[in-house]
Amino acid sequence: MLASLGQRAFRWLDERLDLQPIQRFAEEKAVPAHRYSWCYFFGGATLFFFMIQVATGILLLLYYKPTAEAAFESVRFIMTEVSFGWLIRSLHSWSANLMVLAALLHMATVFFMRAYRKPRELTWYSGAILLLLAMGFGFSGYLLPWNELAFFATRVGTDMAGKVPVVGRFLLEFLRGGEDVTGATLTRFFGFHVAVLPMMATALVLFHVLAIQRQGMSVPTSQKETSAQNPGMPFFPNYFLRELMGWAIALAILAALSSLFPWELGVEADPFAPAPAGIKPEWYFLFMFQTLKYLPATIAGVEGELVGLFAFGLAGAAWFFVPLLDQRFSRGEPSPWLTIMGVLALIFMATMTLLGYVMP
Amino acid sequence: MSAERRMGRRFFVDLVLGGGVIGSLVSFVYPVLKFVMPPAVAEAMDQSVVAAKVGELAPNSGKIFKFGRRPGLLITTPSGELRAYDGICTHLNCTVQYRTDFGHIWCACHNGHYDTSGKNISGPPPRPLERFTVSIRGDDIVVSRNS
Repeated sequence: MLASLGQRAFRWLDERLDLQPIQRFAEEKAVPAHRYSWCYFFGGATLFFFMIQVATGILLLLYYKPTAEAAFESVRFIMTEVSFGWLIRSLHSWSANLMVLAALLHMATVFFMRAYRKPRELTWYSGAILLLLAMGFGFSGYLLPWNELAFFATRVGTDMAGKVPVVGRFLLEFLRGGEDVTGATLTRFFGFHVAVLPMMATALVLFHVLAIQRQGMSVPTSQKETSAQNPGMPFFPNYFLRELMGWAIALAILAALSSLFPWELGVEADPFAPAPAGIKPEWYFLFMFQTLKYLPATIAGVEGELVGLFAFGLAGAAWFFVPLLDQRFSRGEPSPWLTIMGVLALIFMATMTLLGYVMP
Repeated sequence: MSAERRMGRRFFVDLVLGGGVIGSLVSFVYPVLKFVMPPAVAEAMDQSVVAAKVGELAPNSGKIFKFGRRPGLLITTPSGELRAYDGICTHLNCTVQYRTDFGHIWCACHNGHYDTSGKNISGPPPRPLERFTVSIRGDDIVVSRNS
């Protein structure tokens, strides 16, 4: 009965929209099967957490007030008075962190499997921009509860933007909505966080996922032979059900973290209080923060933090344009020096992040 | 009609249409760019403020005070001398504090140290803190900008 109703609905739509090409595509879609197939899971997990962010973010909008006077109090209200408010806010904060983590893992596997090679350069670029947007989401969202840590994190982060040559001053005032971090900054960040960034991210996610459908999954060079002998796993229903299982695990981790370790509210920001001892940014900015701590005041006559920021900018550009740097792709050869650079970068980031947690 | 003359007309049409499109775009983008930059607020630049009362600060301690819209830092050195500085770290804009246990000024964000004369002595700060003039008027400790 239900099945025939579904079939009738499909026929009705098909007669009007010609859905059969899509149906054929879905039936034929397969995922390559080889020893690194598990890597394909991280992209889907990132998408899952993004959807959680959209849903919980819309719920938080019902009560949040984006002004310096009311923001902290409205988040306190959400967490203490609104039914399940603590849960929704915790889910939003935890899922944000898990989304960045999943995106980083996804990016690392794509990098080491060389999945950015032709014809997938545009998928890599869109993914790289999405990661930057995710950091923008994290940075702008961090300020919204208007607590002490967020206030100083924003002072430092926007001051870094102000160090960019030529356009720095413009960037700083554009981001802060004035000379200093004030209620004007909060209102702006709120606008970025709930309108500008979501619009850009949604468009890019659509492009990213469509490009993958168009090109199919990338198979790492080392697995080409194994994969060629194997027809792969049909997407529907085999891989789809596995993916759902993965999402169920992701949801379980998220729910456990959110309910066992509810996100803290902190202390309300006071522009006339000193920065508190032990102040730290979110973990994914920690390696940069820790590196800046170790840089001396001047390096070869230039302010130390300028040298540091320039080096990070250069490394970021190299990472973004890796499809251009990896010249061996056209010959389908391995590029071991890129793997070595990637491993060194990961070791550097892991060491600095660890130091950020253990050093006073 | 000669080919040259036709080219002249085509060029003219391209110029007018193209110029019109570019002109329109500029007239859309310019107000948006101006809009996103906040208007300059006429700041009542206080040249001097009352930072504290005489006797409020014990030797080897500090206090943040409002100097216009910026925080300032008033300290009493271990030898009992009053000094005042801009409260914003020269590194990346955090607000500094006086650390009684160190006996000097410290920024928590990136572990920057300044001595009691405001000089950057350790960590990443690139420049000393701006120093203000401290004077006593009756019961008040008055801090003013050197100008």
